[in-house]
Amino acid sequence: MATKLKNKKLPKKMSIEEQQEAENQAALEALRARRAKAHAKMEKSKGSNKRVGKTWKNDIGIFIFLFLLGLFMVFPIYIALITSVKPINELFIMPPKLYSIDPTLDNFKDLFLVANNSWVPFSRNVFNSFLVTVISTGLHVVFACMASFILAKCKFPGVNIINKAVVIALLFNSTVTYIMQYIVMARLGMINTYAALMLPMIPTAIGLFLMIQSIGQIPDAMIEAAKVDGASLMRVCWGIVIPNVKPALMTIIIFEFQAVWNYAGGSVIYDEALKTIPTVVQQIALAGLSRQGAIGAAAVILMVPPLVIFIAAQGQVMETMAHAGMKD
Amino acid sequence: MAKEKSGNSSSAQGAGVAVKEAKKSANNLSIPLDPITAAELLERQAAAKTPSEKAIIAATTVSDAPIGGVAEDAKIIRLQATPPGAQTGKIILNKAERKYSFKEYMQYQWHEAKRSGMCYLMLAPFMLLFLVFTVIPVIMSLPMGFTSFDMAEFPPKWVGFDNFYTLFLEDDVFSQAVRTTIIFAIFTGPLSYILSFFLAWLINELHPKLKTLFTLIFYAPSMAGNIYFVWQLIFSGDAYGYLNSFLNTMGFTTAAIQWLTDANYILPCVIIVQLWVSMGAGFLAIRAGFQAIDPAMYEAGAIEGIRNRWQELIYITIPSMGPQLMFAAVMQIVASFTVDIVGRSLVGFPSTNYMAHTIMTHAFDYGWVRFEMGYASAICFVLFVAMLIANSLVRKILSRYLDN
Repeated sequence: MATKLKNKKLPKKMSIEEQQEAENQAALEALRARRAKAHAKMEKSKGSNKRVGKTWKNDIGIFIFLFLLGLFMVFPIYIALITSVKPINELFIMPPKLYSIDPTLDNFKDLFLVANNSWVPFSRNVFNSFLVTVISTGLHVVFACMASFILAKCKFPGVNIINKAVVIALLFNSTVTYIMQYIVMARLGMINTYAALMLPMIPTAIGLFLMIQSIGQIPDAMIEAAKVDGASLMRVCWGIVIPNVKPALMTIIIFEFQAVWNYAGGSVIYDEALKTIPTVVQQIALAGLSRQGAIGAAAVILMVPPLVIFIAAQGQVMETMAHAGMKD
Repeated sequence: MAKEKSGNSSSAQGAGVAVKEAKKSANNLSIPLDPITAAELLERQAAAKTPSEKAIIAATTVSDAPIGGVAEDAKIIRLQATPPGAQTGKIILNKAERKYSFKEYMQYQWHEAKRSGMCYLMLAPFMLLFLVFTVIPVIMSLPMGFTSFDMAEFPPKWVGFDNFYTLFLEDDVFSQAVRTTIIFAIFTGPLSYILSFFLAWLINELHPKLKTLFTLIFYAPSMAGNIYFVWQLIFSGDAYGYLNSFLNTMGFTTAAIQWLTDANYILPCVIIVQLWVSMGAGFLAIRAGFQAIDPAMYEAGAIEGIRNRWQELIYITIPSMGPQLMFAAVMQIVASFTVDIVGRSLVGFPSTNYMAHTIMTHAFDYGWVRFEMGYASAICFVLFVAMLIANSLVRKILSRYLDN
């Protein structure tokens, strides 16, 4: 399709620049001949989805290269996994083994025991983690959906400023502002409450940004049609726009879930009963490598939920990120 | 800028570009939800401040006809933009010369604001939290940087430029931290950015099933989060460490190397781990960008005389992935300037000779260990300004190579 378009348009372009017409004509003839040849070649290989320089030898080379690099990426995760199932006598074998001779789940039991022997049962921390993650993710998604719809599709005073602020806010992730954030939270009396873990995680700029980009792709005619039919803004948002950006929705759920789930609110929570799993893992990790079995088990527990969600929604994530563009 | 320039030029081509530009920004921006009448359109145009804004408003009502369907190529758009469309752009732009008073402008804005109450209502929950936890902290950190504040005594004591003076002229650890941050920023910024792009490119060449697998593999570390203890196991200073034991059994070394406490090895170790976790949202965006490219582009490229994959990459792939590359760049800048937690959990705090001491670690030190909040916010503010500068710089450089 594209080739035909270009072939047709080229002569027209030449006719606009009339100065060196004679030279251009000659060049054009040569170009046409070359294109015809290439086109014939293309036609021959049609259907096989062939591209320039694409051979199976190349593909195997790429695969081997990626495989080796992939091994490097997966290796630490594999070690975490293997450490978590090694019984205590295998953890300190010299030299360390890359596999477990007699895998057990003792470390997971141990972890619960270690944690249970401290102030509160480990199950409380697991509950905290799930509570905080589910509530922040839920609120983040609901709020971001409404805000992004408004920012992407409505015109009102201030919309441009807010859109710019969102893009700049991608730059200040919480690490740069955390000291001031702490002071704000302290003034609001939020320190050492669930709110300190949940509320700051809700207005994440990246989720809002991704939603704005995706909703921007929805044709305005669709929204206007709904408006003409008498739907309120709320109705347009939840009934028409959001169901059409499901991939983006999944993506921000994953990102937010990951962020909240891995957030160790060590500096805002002092009460053992309110701590989440990452904080507890950090505390156990203070014991150093002597507790590596339990740490490995905790790491695996921490790793599983985000991984499962990501695998389940992988295709949708890719679709969203394709729209995650930023133009100057 | 480009819009205004082309608006003033009288050639049909220039105006065509202006309309195209305006349409593009119109898509990015927004279109009024209510179907607007001609009178209202004029009112809106009257309220627009700049000529480019006017062009945008004009373009939202210009019919699709002059631009003509979807064209991949800026040249084609230029050719197809016919005089009617171009003129629409021009007339409105000329009207921009007329002046409206500030009072009239504000009255109009107020009128508009009253009309869009529901918009503000739906925006409120997110923006309220956004204000409290992001905007206010950022705005607060500037004056706080000029004070001495230890969280105990209110109000903070004003000390003028003392903090910044100490920071830049007397604090040796800070200059060490700047050095370390720059080293980390080079590795986790440009290097990891190029690596992300390169890997995404290679992955894209594979069979769809393998694509999914490798994307997962490379993204997994940034999902697994805080498993730094594994790296401690690998780099462990005694013979139990995986790396030491490997080197010993292979006969490369005879004694265990103190990877995480020897000043010579700290930096490379932390950089490796930082690279390992750096394939995050930016990598995903680039991966998806590859997938979004129309295969017909490559076919057309082959006919136009592209001979190998390298040319394909330079002339087709990179230019058509502009927005994704830009997004990834912003993500990477943030990641590279705020390197901190990896170093702290891997080599401890403080590290030997402050080898892994970044600006962010310095802020952590003063904020959470010494409770000198004034000084810590001065550090954070300097870092934030550095990030803003780096961001605008990188976007300028990138936009030269990408056609947006």
